[in-house]
Amino acid sequence: MLSKVAERMYWFARYLERVENTARLVGVYDNLLFDLPRSYSISWFNLVVINSSAEQFAARYKNQDERNVVKFLLADDDNPSSMMTSLIMARENVRTTREVLPEEVWEQVNELYLYVKENVQTGINRTYRHAFLDQIIKSCQQMVGLLAANMSKDAGWQFIRLGRNLERADMTTRLLDAGSAALLNNEAAEQQLDTSQLIWGNVLRSCSASMNYRRTVRSQVTGPDVATFLLQDEAFPRSVIFCTQQMQNAIDALPECCVDKMETLQSLLDIEFAEDDQLGENFRDYLNELQLVLAELHGQFAHCWFAAE
Amino acid sequence: MSIEWSKYVPGNFYDELIDGDIKPRPTAKKLVEYLQSLSTEELKRRKQLAEATIQEMGVSFTVYSDEGNIDRAWPFDIIPRTISSCQWAKTEAGLKQRLTALNMFINDLYNDQQVIKDGIIPEAIIKESSNFRPECVGMTPPYGVWANICGTDLVRDQDGEFYVLEDNLRVPSGVSYMIENREITKRVLPELFENDSILPVDGYPAALFDMLKSLSPRKLKQPEIVVLTPGIFNSAYFEHSFLAQQMGAELVEGNDLVVLEDDCVYMKTISGLERVDVIYRRIDDAFLDPEVFRKDSMLGVPGLMRAWKAGNVALANAPGAGVADDKVVYAYVPDIIRYYLNEEPLLPNVETYLCDDPEQRAYVLDNLDKLVVKPANESGGYGMLVGPHSTKKDQAKFAELIKANPRNYIAQPTLSLSTAPALVGSGVPEPRHLDLRPFILQAKETYVTTGGLTRVAMKKGSLVVNSSQGGGSKDTWIVEEECL
Repeated sequence: MLSKVAERMYWFARYLERVENTARLVGVYDNLLFDLPRSYSISWFNLVVINSSAEQFAARYKNQDERNVVKFLLADDDNPSSMMTSLIMARENVRTTREVLPEEVWEQVNELYLYVKENVQTGINRTYRHAFLDQIIKSCQQMVGLLAANMSKDAGWQFIRLGRNLERADMTTRLLDAGSAALLNNEAAEQQLDTSQLIWGNVLRSCSASMNYRRTVRSQVTGPDVATFLLQDEAFPRSVIFCTQQMQNAIDALPECCVDKMETLQSLLDIEFAEDDQLGENFRDYLNELQLVLAELHGQFAHCWFAAE
Repeated sequence: MSIEWSKYVPGNFYDELIDGDIKPRPTAKKLVEYLQSLSTEELKRRKQLAEATIQEMGVSFTVYSDEGNIDRAWPFDIIPRTISSCQWAKTEAGLKQRLTALNMFINDLYNDQQVIKDGIIPEAIIKESSNFRPECVGMTPPYGVWANICGTDLVRDQDGEFYVLEDNLRVPSGVSYMIENREITKRVLPELFENDSILPVDGYPAALFDMLKSLSPRKLKQPEIVVLTPGIFNSAYFEHSFLAQQMGAELVEGNDLVVLEDDCVYMKTISGLERVDVIYRRIDDAFLDPEVFRKDSMLGVPGLMRAWKAGNVALANAPGAGVADDKVVYAYVPDIIRYYLNEEPLLPNVETYLCDDPEQRAYVLDNLDKLVVKPANESGGYGMLVGPHSTKKDQAKFAELIKANPRNYIAQPTLSLSTAPALVGSGVPEPRHLDLRPFILQAKETYVTTGGLTRVAMKKGSLVVNSSQGGGSKDTWIVEEECL
């Protein structure tokens, strides 16, 4: 397989995953709003912060209100991490690798692109937002299903697996970070209501993990349990450890190359949280460390398989 | 309300579907009946469905001047164009004959030049052709075939006969659209395929693959075949990708390939370098190898010509094949067929005046308002003068151009290109001019597409069918008939 094609498959999977995750994230926040009392000032801007896009946002908008944040995250094609940009990039990567992907993938990514382009302006309004995001998530999952069912499990597939799981693991750490940040915010505001359950419950929901969590953990929703589940549950497909295992399997199936950052990642995941851990600044530092290792992993993938000179 | 054919007026032209008495031709009978059964509203709906299908299938081409939006949806007319299988059989034989002779001619030019020695073609014509590559002299590619892939433009005149308008022997494009057009028709007018026996068109990629495989210098079970594209900004990128996908070949750009000391071509893969056997190149000669041709080419592969000459890689088409794609050489093709094959040409040429010849030049200059003048080496319909549609100023400009460089121009009478009904804006069919580009593959054997790509001038009265200049296309049906 051409190095260039491998790289494009990897990025296609990353961008596709990012499209879905962004849609989920905005959807869950929407939901959270309905549940919280009016006096509680939830900041939409948190979403920008966990995507590490505060600077880009500031360059475009003054008001950190709902409308601007949602527009920035979903529709702005000059925001490099918006859903629209991710979708354009996913499509571009498919357009240039059509010869190695199942034929239907191109049609589907194209359909999704046309749908989003057509509907994004109404989709950012609160009235239509739910249906709009829902359609996007479904289309992404349809594509993932198509790849799983119709694509040869050859090198191309392994690169798709690498990209998807790296992106997914990264997103899970960012969602945990969002939970932690929201709680810290809450403390600072000295609000009366204990919102901890609500916030961690939504973190779970944003990973479609609520039901799985309940069945596996069988206890009420607490910060340390949620963190443990999302980082270490070996059966849940969005947990960081599950994604790590998927990446390891993909690496084992590819031409041999030393990816030693996988070991660093594994050992970082070997962590226990005390029952009364407040998951404050220390936890956020830990998540940051995880994100750095994931970035380094990407560097090793590129060095191994993408940059053939 | 449905189509009122009585209001359809092909005028003085041969119409592909409707005859002089406004009756459907035999091959189009069922098609016309079916169209008649649909209301105008329904026809419009089908047209919209076609547009949506094209968007979803992502069938596109790129226009150089379109900034920002580089991809433009493929313009398509839903009413198919029909041709009888009997007439097609004759045309197919003519196309095979023509390419066989052309390849013998090219191989002769780069070797003994017997055709010049025997006085069939003046030496000056070859010497002055910008497509003759001295670097290729002495080479004989596999089976002596230089142009493995040819797209020949045919037009039908008032008399209903096919004439050859030009042979495209460099990097002809359009075959993917031929295949996609059929896919679109199947989705948009599925009922039609129950009535007629329409021959399939999707055998081309497999035939292309087999042909390319037969060129491999290493006799492997699975030689490495790649499609070399100039990249995503090329107007035919869609097609490059389409063909690579259909053949299961790698789609590569120049920077994916490297020629090493051993004069072999390698591609950069996830497991290191892998040797390449056959390159279907969609890059012009001039950009192929900066060591030999244009030094500033970023698209090509340094050393590629070295590898080709050493016989370590096959290039299709072979470099230099374009020498026979010259519009001046075109005028000699009937003589070339007689000379090499000792046969009469089965497909006629369009009458052609060579501006290099003083007598013919004088005629051309006197009749610029009636003739079509074309530069010898341009493609895509660029730099043409269509006499009857031109201004005095255009004609004066061309008179100067011709006098300055007579070798570079030819002229042909304005043909009465045939028409077919097209659904233009109103939803009512109107006659539009069209041509036909079949594709021919040649190595050890010769293959001709079933029909080809029909290109339509969507503007009323226009004769320019090139997609880069606002042309559209139609599905082309070879309808099975009992031959007399």
